[in-house]
Amino acid sequence: MVFVTGKGGVGKTTVAMALGLRAAAEGKRTIVCEVAAQENASRFFEHAEVGFHEVEMADNLWAISIDPDEAMREYVLLQLKVRAMRDMLFRSRIFTYLTAATPGLKELVTIGKIWELAQLDRKVKRGRKYDLVIVDAPATGHGIGFLQTPRTFAAIARVGPIHSQARELDRLIVDHEHTGVAIVALPEEMPVNESAALEHDLREEVGVAVDRVYMNGLYPERFANEESERLGRLAEGEDGAVRAAARAALSEHNRARSQRAQLARLRRRVRAPVKTLPFLFEPELGVEAAGQLARRLG
Amino acid sequence: MSHVGEILEGKDVCICAGSGGVGKTTTSAAIAAGMAASGLKVCVLTIDPAKRLADSLGLKELGNEAKRVDPALFGRQGVEMRGELWAMMLDAKATFDELVARQAPDEESRDRVLGNPIYQQISNALAGSQEYMAMEKLFELHTEGRFDLLVLDTPPTRNALDFLDAPRRLTQFIEGRSLRVFMRPTGLAAKVAGRGASVALSVFKRIVGFDLLADLAEFFNAFSGMVDGFQARAKRVNGLLADPRTCFLVVCGPQGEPVDEAVYFHRKLVEAKLPFGGVIVNKVHYPAEKLRGDGEDLQAALAEKLGDDDLAGRVAENFADYQALAERDARNIERLARELRTAGTIRVPYLDEDVHDLAGLAEINRYLFASSEQREAIAAGRA
Repeated sequence: MVFVTGKGGVGKTTVAMALGLRAAAEGKRTIVCEVAAQENASRFFEHAEVGFHEVEMADNLWAISIDPDEAMREYVLLQLKVRAMRDMLFRSRIFTYLTAATPGLKELVTIGKIWELAQLDRKVKRGRKYDLVIVDAPATGHGIGFLQTPRTFAAIARVGPIHSQARELDRLIVDHEHTGVAIVALPEEMPVNESAALEHDLREEVGVAVDRVYMNGLYPERFANEESERLGRLAEGEDGAVRAAARAALSEHNRARSQRAQLARLRRRVRAPVKTLPFLFEPELGVEAAGQLARRLG
Repeated sequence: MSHVGEILEGKDVCICAGSGGVGKTTTSAAIAAGMAASGLKVCVLTIDPAKRLADSLGLKELGNEAKRVDPALFGRQGVEMRGELWAMMLDAKATFDELVARQAPDEESRDRVLGNPIYQQISNALAGSQEYMAMEKLFELHTEGRFDLLVLDTPPTRNALDFLDAPRRLTQFIEGRSLRVFMRPTGLAAKVAGRGASVALSVFKRIVGFDLLADLAEFFNAFSGMVDGFQARAKRVNGLLADPRTCFLVVCGPQGEPVDEAVYFHRKLVEAKLPFGGVIVNKVHYPAEKLRGDGEDLQAALAEKLGDDDLAGRVAENFADYQALAERDARNIERLARELRTAGTIRVPYLDEDVHDLAGLAEINRYLFASSEQREAIAAGRA
C-alpha cells in the first residue's frame, strides 16, 4: 500500500494517478483509491464514473472511490451474517447516528476498506487481487490524523472486535515492508516547510515509512543568468510583443531559480529521497498529464 | 469590481474562504496589513502562517492571544502604517477548552468533560471542530469590540463548505439527542425508540466494544448541562456570520478545480444568505499584450534584437507556454465571473517570488487595493 499525501493543492491526485499508471505499465495489478467525502471528487474520477466499486481504467489499472457510508455498510455486511439483523440495523436511525457520532469511525472503516483491497484473500465476493494499492490520501494535517485513526481507535475502544481489527490495521500501516507513504511537495516556501514537518511527524509520530518525496511542478531552466541580463535589457528597451516575451522569459527565469532554491531546501530538510516532476504547461491536468508524469517516474 | 478597501468599507469582519493551497493565509495577512495601513485597528486570525511570514512580522511566539505587529517594521519596508495590525494564531483545542470552561455550570462538570477521552478526540479531530472554533474565537473578539476589523483566515478544509457547515455539525453532535434517548433503555424512551433501537444498540455494542459506548454515554452526560449554552452561542455565532457588517471573500486559484470550488462555495453562501463580498484569484498569469503577427514573426523579431537564434527560440517557446496558461486562466476566470454574476474578479498575478515578508504583502496589496485598470497597468509593467 502506498499513501500519497501532502499539502492541499500540490497535485496529490495527479501524482497518485501517475504512480498508478507507472506500476500498471510495469505489469503490476494496481488500484488507485480516492477517499471520497474527504475532497471533492477529482476530475479523473468524475469522467470515469468511479464509485464505490472497482472500475478498470486502463490495462492493469483500477480505481475506486471509497465513500465512508458505503464502507461502513460493507463492513457490517461482512460482520453480520443474519440478514434480518442487518436490514434492521440499516433502517435504524440510531445506528446511523451512532456511527456518525463516534469520532474517527468513518476514517477507520475507510482504512479498513483499503486494507481489504490489499488482501490477497479478498473478503468481498469475487474480489480481484491487487499487487499495489495506491491511496490518494487526505491533505496534510488531516492526513496524519487519517493514518493514526486505527491507533487512536484501538485506544478508545479498549475491547471488542473493532479494537482488535484497529490494532491489526495499525500494525499494517507501520509495517515498512508493506506500507509506504509518498509526500507531494511544490517548490514554494510553505509547501516545503509543511512537507518537512509532515515527513517528521509521519516517521516519528505515526511510525510509517516515508519512501519518497515528489517535488512537483518544477519549471524548466530555460535561461542562463547571463542570458537573463540580456533579456532584462530587451524588456527595458522594447515594446509590444518583444517586450512582453522578454518579461515572460525573465519571470520564468526568476521562478525557476527560486524553485531550485526551494528544491535544495527540501533536499536538506527531508530524509527520504526527493524525486522531481516537471511543471506541465497544460491547460487542465487530466489522465494525459498523469501519463506524461508517469513516464518521468521511471 | 471595486477593490478590497472599498468592499470592506464599514465592515467589522472579513472571512477569507477557499480550498487549500490557494494562498488564503497570505491573502488574509495582506488584506489585514492593507486595511491597517489605511488607519484601522485590525486583527488577523490565522491558522497556520508560513513560518517566514510570521517571523517577518516579528511574531515568533504567536499564540491564542492577539499580539501587535511592531509598527517600526512597516516603516523599514517603506509602508506607511496609519492604524494598527494585530495577529493571532488560532489554537482550536485551547479555544474549545476555554469554551467548555465558560459554559460549564461548575468545576466538576468542566473537569469531567475535559478529562473525557471522547472529548479529547473531538476537540482535536472531529470534523468541524477546528472550523467552529475559528468562528468561536472570531465571535469572542468581535464581542470584546477591541478592533475595527477582524480578518479570519479559515482552516484548510477539504472542502470549503465544511467551514459553513461546522456549527451545525458540532452542535448536532454535542446535543446527542437520539443517543441520550436510548442510553436509558428502561424508561419511556425505550418504548418510543422501539425494538429496532435496542437491536441497533446491541449490535453497535458488539461491533465497537462496550467501553467506547460507555465513554460516549459519559461524554453526553457530562455535556448535557452545557448543551443549551452551546446551542445559544452557536446561534449567536451564526448571527455574526450573517450580519451585513460581515463580508465573505472567496479566495481561489485560476485552475479549473479551485474555480469549481469557488463557484460551489459561492452558491452555498447565497443559499445560506451569508454576505458575499467578492472573489480574489491568486497566482494568475496575466495575458500579455496582444501579439501582432504570429509566433514566427515574434521569433524573428527576437532573433534580430538579441542576435541569438537559439535564445530567441527559447524565449518564443516560453512565451507561447505562458500565453497558453494566461488563456486558460482567462477562460476559468471568465467562467467564475459568469457563475458568480459579479462584474469582475480581483486578480493577483503569479509573482516571481514567494511572498513571505511585509514587502511581499505590500506587493500583493498593489493589486488588492487597486482599481481593475490600475491592476492591468501594474501587471503589464506600465505603472
